[in-house]
Amino acid sequence: MTGMLLAQEASAGEAWTFWLLAPVAVIGAVGMVLARNAVHSALWLVLTMLSLGVFYVVQSAPFLGLVQVVVYTGAIMMLFLFVLMLVGRDAADSLIETLRGQRTAAMVLGLGLAVLLAAGTYRWLEGTPAAGLAAVNAEHGGNTQGLASVLFSRWVLGFELTGALLIIAAVGALMLTHIAHAPGERPTQPERMRARFAPGNYPGPRPGPGVFATSSSNTTPAKLPDGTAAPASISPILPIRELTAAEAADKETER
Amino acid sequence: MSPGPEHYLALSALLFTIGAVGVLVRRNAIVLFMCIELMLNAANLALVTFARLHGDLDGQVMAFFVMVVAAAEVVVGLAIIMLIFRTRRSANVDDANLLKY
Repeated sequence: MTGMLLAQEASAGEAWTFWLLAPVAVIGAVGMVLARNAVHSALWLVLTMLSLGVFYVVQSAPFLGLVQVVVYTGAIMMLFLFVLMLVGRDAADSLIETLRGQRTAAMVLGLGLAVLLAAGTYRWLEGTPAAGLAAVNAEHGGNTQGLASVLFSRWVLGFELTGALLIIAAVGALMLTHIAHAPGERPTQPERMRARFAPGNYPGPRPGPGVFATSSSNTTPAKLPDGTAAPASISPILPIRELTAAEAADKETER
Repeated sequence: MSPGPEHYLALSALLFTIGAVGVLVRRNAIVLFMCIELMLNAANLALVTFARLHGDLDGQVMAFFVMVVAAAEVVVGLAIIMLIFRTRRSANVDDANLLKY
């Protein structure tokens, strides 16, 4: 009796979760496809993935739900954002169609596929009761333990193969992104040292901006002994700013 | 109405289709990759639903393997995108047509 009540309560909770989060997941997916900015796409996808993680937990797969949050939204999406910031952040999607009518055709075909797949699976399984994982989980003493016992007995070969795959992928990524420098391509330390003390180069530190100047601003150059501005004292990305005569004039505030 | 396996599978089919349409519509290689991730996630949802439908943990093991393979795929794919960007200064898939006849 109590178990039945609990099951009913659980299914009511599952209904709330599903009908709240299923639209969220779909909105996230649509937002990812429609967002012009790639970073926004990534954030929409994070929303969808988090909803899917909740669905896994609700469907008695707490381990996979946690892995979804940690590995997918945590590691993989951070990797995506990292590469986006390096590569394609400001590269807006081009609106030029290389094949005429491709977008429209994709939308129409996608709508057809969605209706076909969703309606097909829905009608196929409508009203089918789920066997549930309570018995299997109880047999092993929990979902994670059950998953471990299946993974390390029947699927142990596949598990080892995925381990090998991960190592190969890591080494492959290293090889792809590695830039080999030929010897002599970059100046060595003795070469840089000689260049520093060579005639024509001032080896000491640059004068700090604002030294002996009318202002302590970073954009005010230091003064050379002859009174002219020292261009080496400010960063090349900052414009040189000298005070005008009116600005440098006595404001009558220091009496 | 309490959701049964059919609801989860319909949602999974919907997400898969959105991912497929995204692959066809978008041009940025990284966004294409994200669409592929969405399709993998939709397949994972279907696998977890099947595990619950049949009362068997094998579906969850399959979803676990899909996650591992997806992680490996993302690592290699993003490295290739970085490489293409470094040589061509573009992450647009239409620009990379070097192997075209």
